[in-house]
Parts: sequence; C-alpha cells; structure tokens
Amino acid sequence: MRVAIVGVGVVPFRPATPEYSWKEIMYEAASRAYADAGVNPREDVDSFITCAEDYWEGFGIFDEFTPDQLGAVLRPACTVTGDGIQGVAQGVLQIRAGLADVVAVEAHSKISDLLTYEGVVRHAMDPIWNKPLGGSPYYLAGLEMDAYLRAAKLSERDCAAVVAKNRQNAMTNERAAHGVKIEVEDVLASPPISTPLKELDVAPLADTAIVLVLAAEARARKLSSVPVWIRGVGWSSDTPWLETRSWATARYAEDAAKMAYRLAKVRAPAKEIDVAEVDDKFSYKEPQHLEALGLSRKGSTAKAIREGTFGLGGDLPVNASGGSLGCGNVIEASGLHRVAEVALQLRGQAGRNQVDGARTGLASSWRGLPTATGAVAVLGVGR
Amino acid sequence: MRKVACIGAGMTLFRRRLLETGKEMCWEAARMALDSAGLTIDDVDAVVLGSAPDAFDGNHVQRAYLSHRCAGVGKPYTRVFTGGGTGVFSPIAAYWHVASGMFDCVLVVNEEKMSSCQPHAQSVFGHIWDPILDRPLKPNLVWIFAMEMNRYMTVHHVRYEDIAAVAVKNKRNAVAHPCAQLADANITVDDVKNSEMMAWPVRRLDISPPSDGASALVIASEDFVRKRKVESPVWFSGVGWCIDTTMWTDRDLYFPEYLARAAKMAYKQARIDKPREQIDFAEPYDPFDYKELHHMEGLQLCGKGEAPVLTREGVTQRDGDLPTCPSGGLLGVGNPIAATMGIKVGELYWQLSGQAGKRQIPHEIHTGVTNAWGDLMQFSSVVVMRA
Repeated sequence: MRVAIVGVGVVPFRPATPEYSWKEIMYEAASRAYADAGVNPREDVDSFITCAEDYWEGFGIFDEFTPDQLGAVLRPACTVTGDGIQGVAQGVLQIRAGLADVVAVEAHSKISDLLTYEGVVRHAMDPIWNKPLGGSPYYLAGLEMDAYLRAAKLSERDCAAVVAKNRQNAMTNERAAHGVKIEVEDVLASPPISTPLKELDVAPLADTAIVLVLAAEARARKLSSVPVWIRGVGWSSDTPWLETRSWATARYAEDAAKMAYRLAKVRAPAKEIDVAEVDDKFSYKEPQHLEALGLSRKGSTAKAIREGTFGLGGDLPVNASGGSLGCGNVIEASGLHRVAEVALQLRGQAGRNQVDGARTGLASSWRGLPTATGAVAVLGVGR
Repeated sequence: MRKVACIGAGMTLFRRRLLETGKEMCWEAARMALDSAGLTIDDVDAVVLGSAPDAFDGNHVQRAYLSHRCAGVGKPYTRVFTGGGTGVFSPIAAYWHVASGMFDCVLVVNEEKMSSCQPHAQSVFGHIWDPILDRPLKPNLVWIFAMEMNRYMTVHHVRYEDIAAVAVKNKRNAVAHPCAQLADANITVDDVKNSEMMAWPVRRLDISPPSDGASALVIASEDFVRKRKVESPVWFSGVGWCIDTTMWTDRDLYFPEYLARAAKMAYKQARIDKPREQIDFAEPYDPFDYKELHHMEGLQLCGKGEAPVLTREGVTQRDGDLPTCPSGGLLGVGNPIAATMGIKVGELYWQLSGQAGKRQIPHEIHTGVTNAWGDLMQFSSVVVMRA
C-alpha cells in the first residue's frame, strides 16, 4: 500500500518565540497542516505521532502534553522519541498495517526556552565513560570534522562554501530564521570552537513546529490534487560508543539510505534524485551525508562543491531551503522540516527557491550530537 | 491484514534495586526472549524499545544509551513512549512493524531502572505536571491517584475492603511468579487496611512498588512462524490506544473513557462485541489496587461499579470464571514501569501458549486482554491475543 503526504504545516522559524508557548506553535502548525489537507482532526485523523524527547522539553513525561493542541483528545496518539523522519516512518507503518488511514506527524523545537542546551546534549553522552570528561560537547563535532576532512580530502574552505550556500539560500525562504549574505572568507574568519570547527560551521538554533498529514493511497487521491508519495523510508543507528563508531563515514545514513532506496526502487540515487534536503547541523555533515547517501561519489565531493553542483542552479540542488545552517537547527523537527521542504518542492510550492521540474526528492536526518542515528525518506510526485 | 504472533518472551527479576545496569537488564531480557524463540540477533529485522521517563536514569536520548544491548545497532530501531502506557504500547508498535509487511521478525525490549533515581523515583514525577496550573501545588502521583480512587469509591459506593481484596489476590498470585518482588502467600485484607496511610484512602499496600527490571518479546509474521516451524505462537487479534486531554482537572475521574475508546478500537479489530463472554482472562494494569477494578470496567469486562462485586465473589481469582492478573500483576510482581510488559503482554503469551507453569489458569482459555495506563491518568493501550 502506498502512503502520501497530503498536508504540510510549517511555522516559520525564529531564533526565539517569547510571546508564544510550545503549545501555541504546535497548534499553529497543526491548523496549517489540517487546512492544507482539508481534514478535520477530530473526525478524519486516525492517529497522531509526536516526535519529542523529555530532556528537550523539560518535562518528565512529555507525551502527556501533546493531545489538546493537535485535536487528538480521545484519539490514538503517541510519542516517538526520535527525529521527525522516524515519526513519519512509524506513520507509514501504521497506515500499511491497516491501523490508520490518515496520520498526523508532529515535531517541534522550542529550544529558545532552554537555558542549558549544551548541558542537555552532555546528558546524552555515556554517563560513565564520556559525560565526566566535561567541556562543551562541540568537541565531538570538531573531532569528527577533522576525521572526515582527512578521509574525504576536503578542506575547511569547502565546508565554508557549504555554509555560504545554505545561508544565502535561506535569504529567499520565507520559513528561514538565519538567512544572510555571507562569503566563504567570513566563515573561515569566524572564531574557532573546536578546531577545525568554527562558529559559523555550526547551525544556529531556532524555534518552530511542523505537522505533516499522511494518508493511505485511496484517501490521498481524494484529499490532494498533488499527493507527494513516500516511496521509501529507512532509519538506522550506529553504535552509541564514541570510541568504536565510524567517524569518517556516516554509517547510519548509509544503512538508512539502503533501506529507503530498496523500498523506493532507487538504483542510481545521484541520477534519480532531483532535489535533496540533507542534514547540515554542522557544515561538514552535508558532504559527509551526501557521500553516505550515494549522492556524491567519495573522492569527488570537493570538486562538486567547487563547481557548484549542489547550488540552487546546480545539477543536484542540496538544501535549497537553506537547511539547518540557514533556516536554523530545530532539533527533532529538523528531519520533518526537510521532508516538508522536499514536499513543497515536488508540489511546485517552494517559492523563490523552487527547483524546476523536481519529481523525485530525498530528505535525510541526523539526530545531532552525540548520536549516530539517522533516517531517510524518498519522496516523489506523479505515478 | 497480515497475521502477527508473539513467539518468545523473557523478563528479568523485578527488584527494588538490581545491581545490573539498564543496559545489562536489556540484554538479559532480550537474550531470554530470543532463546525462548530459538533465534539469534541475526534473525531480528528491527527493534522497538520501550522505556518511561528518561529522568530515572538521568540520560538524555535513552534509546541511544540502551541501543547496543537491545540489539538495535545497525538495525531500524525505534523507541515509542506513552508514559506508563508504554508497557503495552511498545508491543503494539512491534505489531505494526510486522503487520505493515515491511518486517518479519521484531524484537521489543522494555526497560526501567528506577533505583538510580535518589532518594526516590517519586521525585521524577515532580516534573510531569503543567508548570503553571499544577506544579506550584507540588502534587505527587499518590495523592492524585487518591483523588481518583476516592471519586471511584464515592460514585459507586465501593467499600475499601473490596478494593484491598485486589491487592491481596494479586500478591498471593505473585507467589507463583519467579520474578516477583512483593509476593505474599499469607497477606490479608486487614494487612492492607492497616498498612501506613499514604494519602487517604490510599494505604502503602494499595500501591505497587518502584522496581528495576526489563522484559522482551519476539514478534513475528505468519510466514516467519510457518517457515521456522514455531510451536505455540500466540496471535495478536486486536490493538488499540487512546489519549485524553492533558487537563485532568476537567474530567470526571470515576471512569476511564480513554480506555473504553482504546478497548473499542481493539475489540473492533478482534471482532469482539461481548467482551465478558468472549474474553477468558484479563491482565488489566494494576499499579494501584483500585486501578484493576477501574480498568476492568473500562475494558467492558463488567458494568460500571461491578468490578468490586466480581472481586468479592471470587470471579477474578485464578480459578474463577474471569481470572484477572493471574501473573500477580504490578502489585505482586513489581512495577518497573515500561518493563511491566513482561507481566501484561508477556503473561498473555505464557498463559495462551500453556507455558505459565504454576501460574497456569487451570481451565481452558482461548482469548486474553491486557491494558496499560499512562501519562497523566489520560492514556491507555489495549492488546487482545488468542492462542
């Protein structure tokens, strides 16, 4: 059974949202998605999935606080403690299992409420071996960036070019919070955080809420004139041990892509994918993920970056939305944001960042430091 | 729709404090479940983890912390979370993994390590409240459940002794459970009644204990069952789940409407229209003794206010007409929140496959139902299984 995205609701990203609570921005995203899909949540949506982690939210059991603002009161609802694409995957499974016809998937970030972002990240490190080492957890990204650049023969300048591209793309995306006209030299001149990682290599945080409405094939055709088919979805985790995981390659993304491509019957991803939204919470993550996803050949990524292959007018536009670097790092909502941006591209609704003729798109996520978990969705329009 | 079966189960001891870490408990339960199904990690296509509040262990991204000991590394691995409802919810997630046709064999592991939370696990529950409306009152779980118990007793004119009889039954049933933490063959209603008053009308022995523990199940497709020649699979016939509003103060607490809806969803799938006649035994969630009664009514195993009468008449004893919590339940075996899967869905599997040993219901049984209850007295998950 095929499953499609029939409703997209994205609250524009902002660095801080002091006047609204997380419940209010969730309500806003849900209202937009339900209006877009033309559904009444209290009658038409069979299941609701929220993607959240207690520590980000500051609650003991965040699942308690999800139903009212989504229209899910006295309906089936649950939390997936994961990234938005993992939530989409569970929605696809529920529909294919025949448990639901229409599923709403929600993810959000009210990270501006959190005073101790780095402290929470540190609590995700092994409590015996790693957490006691202290320090800013960004050193993990510094180490990984160093390992990756050496292995892939990329330079810091190539990573800076990724930052410049994504932040400039964000300038014309009405949903982005951190768009700015910035040059490679500006990135290279920004203060070091954990060499070779510099301040502008890090995606700045942002608030948002995102809701997607998924539907089984028959319903999707009734609800939408342009259903965006979820042709394949995959998710995987590498080991949590920092000491033994793969640093140079994103193995979780390789595994997740393998699963998604198998389901979507994609054999030559670099040829078949027209537009990609790929995790870029740090600048080096974009090329690392592109290689893992088979969208860039290992060894030729630096050349492709220099030739502008991944730019808005390039052969394979990557993060046309601005990605996390340009729109903002919205933690667990990052993956759902990428799916939403690809869906808008395929519907031809990406505004000034529209990639002409995009028929097949890919969204891929990474759950951020210190995890080695990622998910991939392959989307398409038409038959 | 694809048929889905439980083909193996395992659980650790439930204890107030276990020396094993959360990771070790996960592996222990996973190994037992895989061994009982005659499988290895390589046979598993995907893994589901269940664990309730992360704050017990003090780990952010708990799923990553436990991943390699749940066999989740390098596989599609997902953690679902519905608070206390997780014990019967993660098996539902495993069910939809298999029923979707995308996976043939899924391992589900549920873990809870409450003892690392000092001085008492209750302190974590200080952070589950609405920060503006509830938290300033400094509520804890015992006193809000005392309100719910009192409301239930008041509406139906239930005597305290009929509620305490549930604790007595379950703690006695637990004597036959090898993992039990609070089994007591000689406990009486007077013992419960005379135990320390926590928040009127709740006494200490009305409450299940905080526990450490883990449990695991192997869930597989019909094809897998046939190909591997699995003996005595137990089939999922219906699953359901439902959440009510966060605003618990807006609800009449005497009846769990969310459970009635979750049960309706599961019964529809299982083609059950007369639950009392078509269901042979039940494992309702019993973190407090009144909750067993509350849940029997929500599951429509009896009319509203009738559960205490059935209990008094012995209908819910292991050899009664509707055996209820034959495992010994949370009150007798213990309450490591998500890991109670082992005495809920796990007990349905062991009873329906005839492997419950000294706990085996002495007469013939074909259909069992279980539920769990979670979040802020607002969520229930229901599973119906058949031999």
